[in-house]
Amino acid sequence: MRRRNITLIVGGILTAILLILIVGGNFFRPFDPSALNAGHRLAEPSIPHLLGTDHMGRDVFSRVLDGAGTTLLIALGVVLIGAAGGLLIGGSAGYFGGWLDEIVMRFFDGVTAFPSVLLALVAVSLTGPGTGNVIVILGVLFIPSFARVARGEFLRCKNLDYVKRVRLMGASPLRIMFRHILPNSLPVFLAAVAIGFNNAVLAEASLSYLGIGVQLPQVSLGRMLADSQGYLITAPWIALSTGLAIVLQVFSVSLLADGLQRRED
Amino acid sequence: MKLIMRKLFTLIVTLFIVSILAFLAFQVIPGDAAVAQLGVDATPESLAALRAEMGLDRPLPVRYADWLGQFLFGDMGKSHVHDRSVTELLGDRLIITGSLMGLSFLFTVGIALPVGLFTANRQRGSIHWAVTAASQVIMAVPPLFLGLVLTFLFAVVFRLFAPGVFVSHHDNLLGYLGYMLFPALAIALPKSAMTVRLIRSSVGSELGKDYVQTAVSRGRGSSAILRRHILPNIAVPVITFLTLTLIMTITDAIVVEQVFSIPGLGRLLISAIENRDYPVVQAIVVIIAAFVMVLHFLSDILCRAIDRRIVL
Repeated sequence: MRRRNITLIVGGILTAILLILIVGGNFFRPFDPSALNAGHRLAEPSIPHLLGTDHMGRDVFSRVLDGAGTTLLIALGVVLIGAAGGLLIGGSAGYFGGWLDEIVMRFFDGVTAFPSVLLALVAVSLTGPGTGNVIVILGVLFIPSFARVARGEFLRCKNLDYVKRVRLMGASPLRIMFRHILPNSLPVFLAAVAIGFNNAVLAEASLSYLGIGVQLPQVSLGRMLADSQGYLITAPWIALSTGLAIVLQVFSVSLLADGLQRRED
Repeated sequence: MKLIMRKLFTLIVTLFIVSILAFLAFQVIPGDAAVAQLGVDATPESLAALRAEMGLDRPLPVRYADWLGQFLFGDMGKSHVHDRSVTELLGDRLIITGSLMGLSFLFTVGIALPVGLFTANRQRGSIHWAVTAASQVIMAVPPLFLGLVLTFLFAVVFRLFAPGVFVSHHDNLLGYLGYMLFPALAIALPKSAMTVRLIRSSVGSELGKDYVQTAVSRGRGSSAILRRHILPNIAVPVITFLTLTLIMTITDAIVVEQVFSIPGLGRLLISAIENRDYPVVQAIVVIIAAFVMVLHFLSDILCRAIDRRIVL
């Protein structure tokens, strides 16, 4: 009997619950996340306000849902750009090989030698802060890591028998790459996407915390952590619940990634 | 020796390329240093005069050579905002950020190696589950949030230090190290959780191999096998991983410095980015880039010394 992949199941369920909470929470929230309530400032967690209120009397639970939504959108955007670019560039490099492979991968090795958040910081200093800029910059910076995964997979698959046969049948390289090899590499690629998603969440949190990511009045989890820091003594629940939201998100998706990788081994 | 010389040559060439990139990146931005100093409504004549005075009207390669020459001798230009030389601005901050990184790296290794190696033989059972679950959770905590949690626990609840009151190493070295303890831990804990996982999974994949089975059948104890046979085999991936960890520590240090209001490179870099103070950004970028390259170089040499089969 095959052993059940508990990591994958738990990770999948947790991620699904969080997704439903965040997506659903952005349509159906207990309170308006930006509604001020001067008489109810810095209230402790209680029944109507599950996670208390912040310095302007806004409901922390609704704000965490709102911020998590922004973080989710940014991370998805980053992963989308990174995965699409990585698949296209890394896939071609692996499939065609030769000088294209050599040049592209050497360049990517150079880029990945540096921490991506640092490169993003420098890039933002040139373009200026903002959500759109951060998505594009992080997305481009994430291309090399996806490209490496795609390259490895395409290199492994390009000389397998079934690929040779479709090639003999006259299929074009693009068709072979995306119709025949990609579906077989999907689990590996999905694990890379999950890991990339987590890195994007963490990178966004850092950048927004430093004040050069998401700009007010938009909130993300990193931005909220920065704002909540001043109330660590009087209202610790704001920072703690915001941070725990990040931890929960990263933890569930990393379980999912682990489970996907284990399935492959 | 020949190998080291060759590797050193590659290092110098790459550093050279990086310096060109770092120089060019800050040339393409609209508005040069003259505009930054006089403002956007300056007359073309005064701009041209200032450019000539600052040497901005000379061709690009000449300016690059000039910049690199000055940089190598410790003159990194002048900050637009602070009206002080960049070298002067960096001095103390380099020491502060450097010591924070060093301390976090010490903690990472100091926690990860013992935990990883002592539990490496337990690949199933309750200890296995406890270590796996703990490292999976700790890995998911971003250092900046861990910094807030540590501040809340040790400054607000236990009152061990005053939050946000930085102790300078000039005034009180012991107090400084005590203050740096918590930011260093905030950086080190998630990193050591990742390292523990790497050590345990590398040992786990070695355990099934033939040479380990042979050693077992010859009747060697499990700790002797781990020490004498497995350790040399996992040293290279662990060193490579620790190198990457140390490099990642740079960004974490920049972020965590803000959490604990430490006047290090991070705060300077962020304010320079916000104020478009490019000479400062450029200097910090070049220093970090050089640091990263040198680290990669050292780690390559070390790995090669351990495993002669590695092709550099």
